Amino acid sequence: MADNMELRDIEVWDGNMAASQALRQVQVDVVAAYPITPSTPIVENYGNFSANGYVDGEFVMTESEHGAMSCCIGASAAGGRVATATSSQGFALMVETLYSASGMRLPIILNVVNRAIGAPLNVNGDHSDMYMGRDSGWIQLDAYCPQDAYDLNFIAFKVAEDHDVRLPAMVHQDGFMTSHTAQGVHTMTDEQGFSFVGEFQPMNDMLDLDHPVTHGVQTEEDWHFEHKARQQHALMTAVLPKIQTAFDDFEKLTGRKYNLVETYNMEDAEVAVVCLGTSVETAVEVMNEMRAAGLKAGVVGIRVFRPWPLEQLAEVLKNVKAVAALDRSSPHGTVGALYNEIAGTLFNTETKAVLTNYIYGLGGRDLTKAHLKTIYGDLKANADAGKPTTPLQQYIGLRGPKLSFF
Amino acid sequence: MLEIRWHSRAGQGAVTGAKGLADVVSTTGKHVQAFAFYGSAKRGAAMTAYNRVDDKVILNHEKYMAPDYVLVIDPALVYVADFTANEKPDTVYIITTHMTTAELIASQPKLEGKKVYTVDCIKISQETIGKAIPNTPMLGALMKVSGMYEMDFFKESMIRVLKKLPQKIIDANMIAIQRAYDEVK
Repeated sequence: MADNMELRDIEVWDGNMAASQALRQVQVDVVAAYPITPSTPIVENYGNFSANGYVDGEFVMTESEHGAMSCCIGASAAGGRVATATSSQGFALMVETLYSASGMRLPIILNVVNRAIGAPLNVNGDHSDMYMGRDSGWIQLDAYCPQDAYDLNFIAFKVAEDHDVRLPAMVHQDGFMTSHTAQGVHTMTDEQGFSFVGEFQPMNDMLDLDHPVTHGVQTEEDWHFEHKARQQHALMTAVLPKIQTAFDDFEKLTGRKYNLVETYNMEDAEVAVVCLGTSVETAVEVMNEMRAAGLKAGVVGIRVFRPWPLEQLAEVLKNVKAVAALDRSSPHGTVGALYNEIAGTLFNTETKAVLTNYIYGLGGRDLTKAHLKTIYGDLKANADAGKPTTPLQQYIGLRGPKLSFF
Repeated sequence: MLEIRWHSRAGQGAVTGAKGLADVVSTTGKHVQAFAFYGSAKRGAAMTAYNRVDDKVILNHEKYMAPDYVLVIDPALVYVADFTANEKPDTVYIITTHMTTAELIASQPKLEGKKVYTVDCIKISQETIGKAIPNTPMLGALMKVSGMYEMDFFKESMIRVLKKLPQKIIDANMIAIQRAYDEVK
């Protein structure tokens, strides 16, 4: 039996350590990994736990990220609790297998420490890899700080492994800004953490030799569409209610409350910033300062990026006059993904908010409070004018001449 | 909000120092943040690390900082790094050097009129720990200059932070912290 680890009520952990500790506490059967910056310490810490007797499961070092996820798929199909971690180019190399994992309905947990995708090579945080995963059929949860990275791992296992869901889930955190930033993290005991998720309950596992099953079959036009439809049906109908239930149970256990869409002063907000990751928290700090200066400002944080919480977000934004969608990824040829999602969310509603898009923070470029104040200034002007007073897509924090489109 | 910026070379322990400080401060009920700028840092490359301390939850994740304290743990960085970036009128500098404070200011005019303290963390760590790891002595100097915590409490806390190291290394670190506390001027 794995040894228990004594934790203080508050540990000063970076996001990577928070994720590793969560993986240890839920007692994963197989972690197969190929480390890559900035997610390396998740794998490194877990290897340390494994070598020192804190983990009963297998720890497999693979030859690549493609191999790591393939190994996870095999282990999950065999009937185990399975997890790994990656970033950036490693995530890109995993993409083919991500679709296999979701299509085979395997509840694997992938910690994605968000990082830019080259060229040019860059190890710092942006959301290019998270966005790359958005059509892969995985659940995507987003952490804003190390505490979230810890907590959302428990939520991810609980939801993904539910037999009504049986879909893999990613827990995202911002490279360096969360992964390498140490902050106070309220811990659960090993007992509490494990009990929240519970013993793994296999389903159609290959090692159940009395009930032989086939995984990863070929289906041509006769069945492929039906399989994909069932997968989409589960994502669209089962997942958000299960996440909400898990959030409710987690709040009862820890007192920490999460929501499908996080809102900050949105009750009477006239202008709102919508974003992901650490930017949500920085935006909340700036929003509080704008409120003190008399602007009815709000912030919306996307907690669940997939499945997209369309109805919940439409409700949250229904009374605002101007919205800024902040995208930390180069959209390469169109508007930002968050802008697109929000436009799609609001289009058939009564809401006639002015919607604009900001591209920021690529390759780890700092999003400063000053940038956010500028955005709120633009939003105020848009709300007053009732139409965009700026180009639809602006680059913020970029050196050199201003860049904007549309 | 108290904000601290470390200037270091990769491998000198600024990140460990910043995280160690955060750990100690966290036990007193305050909220902390410790982070660093890495890039593809190679050993010896100039780098910066950061601490934030506040009574309420720290939401600000911007890297921009106008520091209350600047801690320089490599003597050459005052000549090559932008260590006065975003300074405030009352920013306090604690700088590792073999020189006196007056000699240091004479050699680096950017420090004229600033609140400057000096301590030789390199020499202290070489003589106590046995190698140039100037991070823990700098924390001793910070305790003296800032008056943040009593020395007994701080050393007890650091023993806990360093608990995975061999006992004689922990002991050497305690001597280094005390020496820097006593020697900073």
